[in-house]
Amino acid sequence: MNGNSAPLLNVDNITLTFKGVAALSRVSCHVPKGSITSLIGPNGAGKTSMLNCISGRYTPSKGSITMAGQEMLGTPASKRTKFGMARTFQNIALFKGLSVLDNLMVGRHSRINYGLLASLFYFGKARKEESAHRARVEEIIDFLGLSPYRHQAAGHLPYGVQKKVELGRALAAEPELLLLDEPMAGMNLEETEDMARYILDINEEWGISVFLVEHDMGVVMDISDHVVVLDFGRILASGTPEAVQSNPKVISAYLGDEDGLYQGR
Amino acid sequence: MLKCGLFFTSYNKEDQLFPSMFQKTCLGMFLVAMLIAPQVLDFYYISVMNLIMIAVIGAVSLNLLTGVCGQMSLGHGAFVGVGAYGCAVLAAKGLPFVVCLLGGGALAAMAGMFFGIPSLRLKGIYLAISTLAAQMILEYVFLHWSAFTGGANGMPVDPPSIMGFSFDSDERMFYLIFAVTIVCVLGVSNIIRSRSGRAFVAIRDFYQSAENVGVNLFQFKLQAFATSSFMAGIAGGLWAYYTMYITPEQFSISLSISYLAMIIVGGMGSVTGAIFGAVFITLLPEVLNTATSLVGSFAPDISALMAPLKEGIFGLTLVLFLIFEPEGLVRKWKMIKAYWKMYPFAY
Repeated sequence: MNGNSAPLLNVDNITLTFKGVAALSRVSCHVPKGSITSLIGPNGAGKTSMLNCISGRYTPSKGSITMAGQEMLGTPASKRTKFGMARTFQNIALFKGLSVLDNLMVGRHSRINYGLLASLFYFGKARKEESAHRARVEEIIDFLGLSPYRHQAAGHLPYGVQKKVELGRALAAEPELLLLDEPMAGMNLEETEDMARYILDINEEWGISVFLVEHDMGVVMDISDHVVVLDFGRILASGTPEAVQSNPKVISAYLGDEDGLYQGR
Repeated sequence: MLKCGLFFTSYNKEDQLFPSMFQKTCLGMFLVAMLIAPQVLDFYYISVMNLIMIAVIGAVSLNLLTGVCGQMSLGHGAFVGVGAYGCAVLAAKGLPFVVCLLGGGALAAMAGMFFGIPSLRLKGIYLAISTLAAQMILEYVFLHWSAFTGGANGMPVDPPSIMGFSFDSDERMFYLIFAVTIVCVLGVSNIIRSRSGRAFVAIRDFYQSAENVGVNLFQFKLQAFATSSFMAGIAGGLWAYYTMYITPEQFSISLSISYLAMIIVGGMGSVTGAIFGAVFITLLPEVLNTATSLVGSFAPDISALMAPLKEGIFGLTLVLFLIFEPEGLVRKWKMIKAYWKMYPFAY
């Protein structure tokens, strides 16, 4: 939790428009190395758009996104894993037909080196690499408590477990920065607490910086070092959880203000 | 799921295609049975088995593209054709068998990659239509590029020979085709359990998140098209050598559709399923033929009616399969295995 060192991810003045509708306008924020930074905001504020810009699905029209000093815009999404980025999705985006083990092995895709010809014969290098990567994946399976589901198809698992598998798949890439899109959405109290514990462990023990989008305010305020508030595609406030919680602009964005109520805003 | 009584002490050991002793024994017995089959079986059965094995290569390769990678293809028959013609042209130049077969495969792979380029933008039925265009274009080329393909007359192919040993009979071809089939089926099984295969399934199941874990969609879609078409080309080459005469109409849209039928009936995405499907679809007309002639032997009038009914029965079987076993023969197979594993205790 040394949130004050140099930023790992720096988002500078990005603007994202869809046919004239601005989803994000001149948004800047940064994730310090080793921190848990959360992005919150009402529905439709542009949180997921922001994650999509960082992970490479959307390309902002202006601004820059740098990861450890390297420009990310212009780097295709599939190459960003190599720069130490991994993400999960709000709605589960697992490979349903693959087993939990294979889902996690796909997560290591960019770290496995052997080519098509080696896989055709599955001999020597391919076999050795598969075993080595399997060993790494098993560590993650142990960490997340997924061993009972190891060989089951991911699509048949309960929702809470699928969420864990998604986290595991992102972890398997051994990222420096983990982008989590609502990891607690739709989970019960116990599962939420587990997930919060995993995130803290990932951050503290594995040294992975986390950029978290989440609606569960209790969790966000408890585990974050920094909180960034987004509303209508603009940054409303940012700072420590306490500062953000007491910020009047944030309160009015979430709860509405009295004037707005009477004027029927 | 691991079977009861199986345990492993290393990842390497768990990572086998056939982990249990029972599987290995069954496989060994099957191999022995196949090796002595040409010595004991009738000529007709051997020729049917040859056709089945060529169909197995075609179906397994289409399964890699459509079942595993999720890229619909209606042009597979034409890619088989490219392999057949490529092989035949090279063979006519007097090149050795292995070179011709691999050359035909490589040519088919190139054709597959070229017609796979639209797959970056097109999905599902739209990709099906664009591969249908590939089928039409290639058929046209087979028919009209007479300098190479012999046009509508077709072209003859000499039986293959390796180091002076000529595979000029059905029995000899049987061993050759069997060997190539084993290599192809094992190759596809290996691809499916390795990095590329996982990437293929990732593209099929959720291409957006596949991209985010680092799978280059364009590269791996083309890789799927290339590998699949390469093996289709190998199947085509064997076909050319086996039938000894190829014409454009052998590689028409109906061949593409029967390959699709094989993987649907067998079970999409499963190598075993593709093999079952290939056996089933190739055997069905033969069985119907036998049935017709059997009926004809004591009721000639009905037999005349049966002939046109044959096509109908073929279609009806496919429809019934889609309704009652949409996951294919492989699911039935799994259920039978599960039943006998528990026997005689139901739970």
